[in-house]
Amino acid sequence: MSRIKNLFETKQRHVLNVYCTAGYPQLDSTIKVMKALQENGADLIELGMPYSDPLADGPVIQHSSTIALANGMTIKTLFEQLKDSRKDINVPLILMGYMNPVMQYGFEKFCADAASVGVDGLILPDLPEYEFETEYGAIIMKHGLDFIFLVTPETSEERIKKLDTLSTGFLYAVSSSSTTGSDKNMTDVNAYLQRLKSYGLKNPVLVGFGIKDKTTFETACANANGAIIGTAYIKALENSNDVEKTTKEFLNNVLR
Amino acid sequence: MSTTTYQQPSLQGYYGKFGGAYIPEMLHRNVEELRNRYLEIMQETSFQKEFRELLKDYVGRPTPLYLAKRLSKEFNTQIYLKREDLNHTGAHKINNTVGQILLAKRLGKKRIIAETGAGQHGVATATVCALKGVECIVYMGEKDIERQAPNVARMKMLGAKVIPATSGSKTLKDATNEAIRDWINNPNDTHYIIGSVVGPHPYPDMVAKFQSVISEEMRWQLKEKTGSELPTHVLACVGGGSNAAGAFYHFLDELSVQLIAVEAAGHGINSGLSAATTQLGKPGVLHGSKSLVMQTEDGQVVEPHSISAGLDYPGIGPLHAHLFASGRAEFLSATDDEALEAAFHLAKLEGIIPALESAHALAVFNYKKFKESDVVVVCLSGRGDKDLATYMKAM
Repeated sequence: MSRIKNLFETKQRHVLNVYCTAGYPQLDSTIKVMKALQENGADLIELGMPYSDPLADGPVIQHSSTIALANGMTIKTLFEQLKDSRKDINVPLILMGYMNPVMQYGFEKFCADAASVGVDGLILPDLPEYEFETEYGAIIMKHGLDFIFLVTPETSEERIKKLDTLSTGFLYAVSSSSTTGSDKNMTDVNAYLQRLKSYGLKNPVLVGFGIKDKTTFETACANANGAIIGTAYIKALENSNDVEKTTKEFLNNVLR
Repeated sequence: MSTTTYQQPSLQGYYGKFGGAYIPEMLHRNVEELRNRYLEIMQETSFQKEFRELLKDYVGRPTPLYLAKRLSKEFNTQIYLKREDLNHTGAHKINNTVGQILLAKRLGKKRIIAETGAGQHGVATATVCALKGVECIVYMGEKDIERQAPNVARMKMLGAKVIPATSGSKTLKDATNEAIRDWINNPNDTHYIIGSVVGPHPYPDMVAKFQSVISEEMRWQLKEKTGSELPTHVLACVGGGSNAAGAFYHFLDELSVQLIAVEAAGHGINSGLSAATTQLGKPGVLHGSKSLVMQTEDGQVVEPHSISAGLDYPGIGPLHAHLFASGRAEFLSATDDEALEAAFHLAKLEGIIPALESAHALAVFNYKKFKESDVVVVCLSGRGDKDLATYMKAM
């Protein structure tokens, strides 16, 4: 059974997934960040592979990508960093990134290498479902990786059901139509999440975009299996000179 | 029997192996709406009537097809210039923005966004938004805003809001990213007018179709002037590739016509300062479609260089990537210096000051030989007013 599936077998509520850009704030802080997240209550870790042109991301995550790239982060370096990480990290690990760097690495080689260093799933927001079904999905599955699609409040019922069918691990419910880190309010999110619930989806649902503290986390968790925090955590790291301490404080504020 | 055509992409927007719609889910509904409706709207009689009337009475079409006698004599062939420089706002860009504003109105959109590099597409978008009384926001790289002050002033005078793109390299590719992000954040009332044959399907096909008026006119104009609708060669510069797509369009499936695309070599193809995407790029995904992309080994998009801002783009439309990969079109290049020289040459010989982009196409005559009997049509995509500062430095 995949690590992600296993997680949701044992925990159905208040599942917390935290995003961090690989190689941020320092090139070699990736593992340190992952350990701190695990120790302080993150149930899943989503590592961003930095890209020069991250279309779905707002300024904060873009900026962290720019810094990570300037630090010298590449997919190859990331896989080297992750090589021995499973000695200490038990929580599921998801890689998030854009198609272009993955295609340059070689899509099949990427999936094979990711699986071999202990990666459990992928989020590639600009891989569309047509190309997933006709070309890439089979390769991802062959290497035993989960693939997580995004849905938004604008996504039709029919399409949500289809993307749920194609997804494994969980479904990523974007809380509003926006790039990451936008300050759109979450008032309509309950109705949207209840709508998702009523569809009887096969996957657990994690809510992302706009989750930044205990209040927003609780709002998301009221009608979903959990939530994803990204921008707020990156912001916290931005002004930190102690990754462990910052992570502990940040997650305490969300979870306690 | 399946007929292959270079004009028409597949249902999913593929030209050969290039194209598609590599977009995040947040853009899906908008792009899907466009994909479902663009052909139907463009074929409506009322749309065609309004589009054609505006092209004629507002843009000033048809643009002349001019036999450049002195230039022809010098290069010992027959050179016709398709005078897109005589369009309102000074370039071919307005053919597309007129079409897209009419489409946006029919889709019920109240707000227009656009990206611009040198500012030509931004001005053409601001112009049609003023014409139709629609709110207009143009994203432009912070560096380009400094470099292209007159076009920024034009856009503002036309009522557009110019927003600097401050991320990444602060140029055209980043302005495009910002426009796409704006569209993600405004999913209901906004239409994004992309300026070239790039972006997710259906943009490359839609923009090519709006620009195809260029080759549609060429055909009947050539018939009048030479007795045949078909030239031997069509020459056009390529950045993203909108003027080339328009100039090639009605000849794409006429295999006797040789198509020549000219990219910007900058300081030279291997100088590290170039924008010749077919020579330097690898297959990848940029701005929502699979095409050739200039990038590092690790798949990070690199900043190109060309003296001409309109060719300064690290990608190329998927149609052109396919024309390159299939060999249907020949891809040549011209350096900054060669383009400058060609611009001065045309000014002196024919009394026409071309845009630096168009000058790249003209530069090819210096090294590619044509036969005396050849009929070579060059798409003179824009006029050189916007490049005067660069030309003055070169005097």
